[in-house]
Amino acid sequence: MSTEHNPTKYYVPDQSIWPIIGAIALGLIAFGAGHYTIEYSKEEAGFGHYVLGAGLLVLVIMLVGWFGDQIRESRAGLYNTQLGQSYRQGMLWFIFSEVMFFLAFFGALFYARMIAVPWLGGAGNNEMTGEIIWPTFEAIWPLTTTPDGTTTEAMGWFGLPLLNTIILVISSVTLHFAHHALEVGKRGTLKTWLFITIALGLVFLFFQGYEYYHAYHDLGLTLQSGIYGNTFFLLTGFHGLHVTLGAILLIVMFGRVLAGHFDKDNQFAFMAAAWYWHFVDVVWICLFVFVYIL
Amino acid sequence: MKTRRTSLLAGLLALVATPVAWANDLQLNMTQGSTDMSQHVYGLHMLVFYICVVIGVLVFGTMFVSIFRHRKSRGVTPAKFHDNVKVEIAWTVIPFLILVAMAVPATITLFEMDDTDDSDLTVVVTGSQWRWHYSYLDHDVEFQSILATQNEQIYGRLPKTENYLSEVDRPLVIPTDTKVRFLITSEDVIHSWWVPEFAIKKDANPGYINEVWTRVNEPGIYRGVCAELCGQGHAFMPIVVIAKEPAEFQEWINAEEERLAAERAEEERLLSMNMSMDQLMETGRNIYLAQCAACHQPNGQGIPGVFPRLAGEGVSVGDRTQHIDIVVNGVSGTAMQSFQNSLSMSEIAAVITYERNAWGNDTGDAVQPADIHNFIQGNQ
Amino acid sequence: MSTVVADAHDAHDEHHDHKPTGIKRWIFTTNHKDIGTLYLWFSFIMFLLGGSFALMIRMELFQPGMQVIDPHFFNQMTTMHGVIMVFGAVMPAFTGLANWMVPLMIGAPDMALPRMNNWSFWILPVAFLIMLSSMFVPGGGPAFGWTFYAPLSTTYSADSTALFVFAMHIMGMSSIMGAINVIVTIMNMRAPGMTYMKMPLFVWTWFITAFLLIAVMPVLAGVVTMVLTDKFFGTSFFAAAGGGDPVLFQHLFWFFGHPEVYIMILPSFGIVSAIIPAFARKPLFGYASMVYATASIAGLSFLVWAHHMFTTGMPTVASLMFMYMTMLIAVPTGVKVFNWVSTMWRGAMTFETPMLFAIAFVILFTIGGLSGIMLAITPVDYQYHDTYFVVAHFHYVLVSGAVFSIMAAAYYWLPKWSGVMYDEGLAKLHFWCSLISVNILFFPMHFVGLAGMPRRYPDYALQFADINAIVSVGGFLFGFSQLIFLAVVLKCAMKKGEKAPAKPWEGAEGLEWTVPSPAPYHTFDTPPEVK
Ligand code: HEA
Ligand code: HEA
Ligand code: HEC
Ligand code: CUA
Ligand SMILES: [Cu+2]
Repeated sequence: MSTEHNPTKYYVPDQSIWPIIGAIALGLIAFGAGHYTIEYSKEEAGFGHYVLGAGLLVLVIMLVGWFGDQIRESRAGLYNTQLGQSYRQGMLWFIFSEVMFFLAFFGALFYARMIAVPWLGGAGNNEMTGEIIWPTFEAIWPLTTTPDGTTTEAMGWFGLPLLNTIILVISSVTLHFAHHALEVGKRGTLKTWLFITIALGLVFLFFQGYEYYHAYHDLGLTLQSGIYGNTFFLLTGFHGLHVTLGAILLIVMFGRVLAGHFDKDNQFAFMAAAWYWHFVDVVWICLFVFVYIL
Repeated sequence: MKTRRTSLLAGLLALVATPVAWANDLQLNMTQGSTDMSQHVYGLHMLVFYICVVIGVLVFGTMFVSIFRHRKSRGVTPAKFHDNVKVEIAWTVIPFLILVAMAVPATITLFEMDDTDDSDLTVVVTGSQWRWHYSYLDHDVEFQSILATQNEQIYGRLPKTENYLSEVDRPLVIPTDTKVRFLITSEDVIHSWWVPEFAIKKDANPGYINEVWTRVNEPGIYRGVCAELCGQGHAFMPIVVIAKEPAEFQEWINAEEERLAAERAEEERLLSMNMSMDQLMETGRNIYLAQCAACHQPNGQGIPGVFPRLAGEGVSVGDRTQHIDIVVNGVSGTAMQSFQNSLSMSEIAAVITYERNAWGNDTGDAVQPADIHNFIQGNQ
Repeated sequence: MSTVVADAHDAHDEHHDHKPTGIKRWIFTTNHKDIGTLYLWFSFIMFLLGGSFALMIRMELFQPGMQVIDPHFFNQMTTMHGVIMVFGAVMPAFTGLANWMVPLMIGAPDMALPRMNNWSFWILPVAFLIMLSSMFVPGGGPAFGWTFYAPLSTTYSADSTALFVFAMHIMGMSSIMGAINVIVTIMNMRAPGMTYMKMPLFVWTWFITAFLLIAVMPVLAGVVTMVLTDKFFGTSFFAAAGGGDPVLFQHLFWFFGHPEVYIMILPSFGIVSAIIPAFARKPLFGYASMVYATASIAGLSFLVWAHHMFTTGMPTVASLMFMYMTMLIAVPTGVKVFNWVSTMWRGAMTFETPMLFAIAFVILFTIGGLSGIMLAITPVDYQYHDTYFVVAHFHYVLVSGAVFSIMAAAYYWLPKWSGVMYDEGLAKLHFWCSLISVNILFFPMHFVGLAGMPRRYPDYALQFADINAIVSVGGFLFGFSQLIFLAVVLKCAMKKGEKAPAKPWEGAEGLEWTVPSPAPYHTFDTPPEVK
């Protein structure tokens, strides 16, 4: 194209091999994960985990390749402000979709607490449900004894969860400082704050892992212990996955900062990672309130 | 000449009469049903239907006029207008009012349906793959109700009879002129208990109970079906309800209580004696075809990956106690339910014996009712 | 809507209209037109496949008794038919149309995120391969209906459910990425002067559809995840024994599912709103109210989900709220129908194939919508629910609604895509065959439904036999009529036909008609000025 280096024009990339590789990666992951799940549940050996592993590998290759291209193009000045705007908006809508994903699990939590469990105990128009099917069941939340008699202990909010909340909130603040430092061009401060943020994230993950250990070994709170454990582990688990992803993003950003990337006008990737981190933080606060405290 | 004309006339008549007869023959509209509530529902249905027809006629009529008159081939020049606030307000407000007119009677009917208080008889209806189980809450009567159409009819080896797929071995019996309450639930997946003539359709949710009620005006036989996809046998778990005059109902329920008591006594008797192999195989075959064949198939082949094969493999040619355990207690978390409550001990013994000896399994084992009894006792 | 005029300097674009060739062109492409074409072909293949499954269903239902397939396979056919038609045929067709037309309509050089665009397409064939492969796993494929109600899809389903779940996940990712792309393109790539209230309605309806997609596809992802953990990892979201509730599944599913059905109809509204004014040679009546009506439908669609669940035993007050909200949707939808009729009124109409399909859409969609209103009346829905009356309703809105509008769009824009006029004679034949057979196929379903025939039944009582036979015949007629469409499209694809001018339709408006036909590989490299 004759106009390739005209930064006022919207940059439409030429052909790229990465998307199709990404599609293959996702296909391998889905196919492998599906078969692995089947094999796992039947305790059989099979090919599932190999396919899954291969898929993840291809995915990593794809991400490195794709983002590598982007970084090169961005540093070659091919991107204009309109494109930056597209990326920003795209990221925001992506985060919105993530919000809706968590909403599904929060929805399940609210439904279980406010509708299903009381009904099993005979509330509302389900008097006979309680009387005939679950005569000994008592509707309480956290549900420490399920209708079929599985028992567990609830996870308190004080202690580790509270500490983790504080850690994550602080990490949001430190990340904000880092971003501010980037805006005003103080690279040293930027590196320090970003490093602290990443460290806090990792500490959070460590504590979360410890909390799971505590739940399984001391409280008998497992993925199988009824709707309380289900919502607890799926919500905190998916949140943990997002923290992991966010931390990886920040680590990559740290590497790029060390390599001298980003400035006041060219920092989309950094901003996206930061938004993501703040979003993960907000989700945690909702989690802390609805899963732990209430 | 004359015969020709009469045959022409007859032919014409037939041409006019056939669709009418055909329309009567085929039921093309919702049933009016046999309860006050079902009549309300039918009335509401017709009301909404007519409103929709009128709206359709107006909208499509306008369109057709326009299509006919405002076509380019008639040399018209197109108008330029593209807005008119007044008509736009009108066609926002008028539909809204029409909707209100439909919502009011619907709301009233719904509240009536909701009121299950003060019923005189309560029946617990439990769906399971793929049969209905009925138990009368204030009487010592409970039984299950299974499709009575033979497999041969379904697979086209016998001609289909009148009540094809709408007949059961033991219908539910309820009194007329009585408010009967149904408590609907399920043992496995979601089913839905639907009797069109009562305008009742309620989901049977496992672990929860839904309530509905009816008051039937006329004695008669009412047929229904399962209306929620519940697996392969979804089309094969019909409902038959017989409504009897209250006095007759009372007689029936007394007789039924007696009969069930006698059955239990017989069961006690059988426990202390041995049934012959022939007797076991004979009963076992019948039970198997009625209760188990839906999943494990009449030839014991099962369906690979879904329902295990019983012929020539697994516990049916293996450990006896484990076999008894599976049939008595089921396998939790799978479609294999517990048959302890739905079959008598002699029936369980018979079906196990059958499975251990049919389709070339030939283990030669005869399982006796007492074995089942001992197994259950031993478990407690 | 105000007239849109473009500067003509995009004609210069042609000289650097290079395009890669061979298979690589399609696999690595970042071009919105190529990707649009891929989507459209994929969707058509899926339509034929899903249709073949429907024909299996109709074959079995031709007469009472089990003849051709067994009940387990029948359920797999029903499930796969629903899943493929919804996620494989209709949604990708709309995404394909958006890819082709949105940049052209708003004067953009391409979609905002071209590489992601390629990715979101290529995920789809992969996802459907996995979905179809699940039918070959021991125990067979998914057999729980496209709604996969728990616990039939959890405790009581075959192993292949795991594949179903993961295929759904990546399919959802594809939809979300596609939607993000559309929404960002519309917000960010409009040519100077193309204000929101000047955008063609197809762009508007897709804008709102994309929002719906981003809002509800993640919920679907969440609910399939719960199905996965319930089945394989011992959770009990949908099992009472652990404190869950099977009805929770339905709430979550339909919170996705109802907006989903509007995802499948809003772009149709946009298409019809483009075609009717073009062939009536008269501006669209009530442009602004069309936009507001679309937005209201989308907003309301989040508040009506439980109208699919009236028989689950919700508290009466909840049922009532959902009933009222559902009925309310008739108002904005009515506004649309009336606007289309008023657009035709006192126009100067001609009846080329796109217009024929658009008119058929308005009539048949309205019939489907009116039966929707009947379904919304809770106490009467107790009689309709899960019968063929519902099946008739949704095929009227989906087949003679969504699919017809896609056909209309294809005929309307084929000259722009291929550069040649389609064969009008064959196209009219396709239309009339489709119109007649679709009604033979779906209209009598209302009657069997009312007479009490439940859906998802592989076998039925004798009184339903005659109508089912008619319906099956209609199904085969309709199915084979679609081969005519295939022929028309192939003729265009092979450039057999009259050369199409830049603007083949006298009354058509919009930027897409300012570029030559076929549209050059790169259009609007310099944005046109919209006045
Ligand atoms: C494109 C898809 C589409 C569309 C647009 C619609 C539109 C509507 N649908 Fe439909 N529906 C489905 C697809 C769709 N549906 C599917 C797939 C299912 C089954 C899912 C499954 O179970 O598998 C279903 C099921 C379904 C049910 C559940 C039935 C049951 O299972 O018991 C209900 C109940 O309320 C319903 C209602 C409606 C209503 C009120 C509308 C309204 O939006 C219609 C509005 C339109 C009009 C009313 C016509 C035009 C208006 C006028 C001319 C104005 C004047 C009119 C009046 C004043 C009445 N639909
Ligand atoms: C947009 C969506 C869409 C479309 C287009 C269709 C199209 C059709 N549908 Fe479908 N349908 C659904 C969405 C759709 N359906 C959904 C969501 C369900 C509910 C599923 C469930 O219960 O879970 C359903 C359920 C459903 C049922 C009820 C099944 C049951 O309850 O058991 C039936 C029964 O007749 C049916 C029939 C048809 C027919 C005959 C067509 C026809 O229009 C199809 C016409 C097309 C063809 C026939 C293809 C033609 C191709 C050839 C002839 C050539 C073949 C060649 C090759 C493959 C190379 N559909
Ligand atoms: C609704 C379907 C269904 C019905 C009806 C049913 N079964 Fe089963 N059955 C199953 C399933 C599913 C399994 C597999 C359970 C598992 O995963 O271990 C099973 C397992 C068995 C087994 C163990 C097979 C083996 O070798 O491991 C026996 C024996 C058995 N059923 C007997 C019966 C008898 C006897 C009846 C009727 C009285 C019956 N089943 C009715 C679904 C059913
Ligand atoms: Cu039971 Cu369908
Ligand atoms: Cu809906």
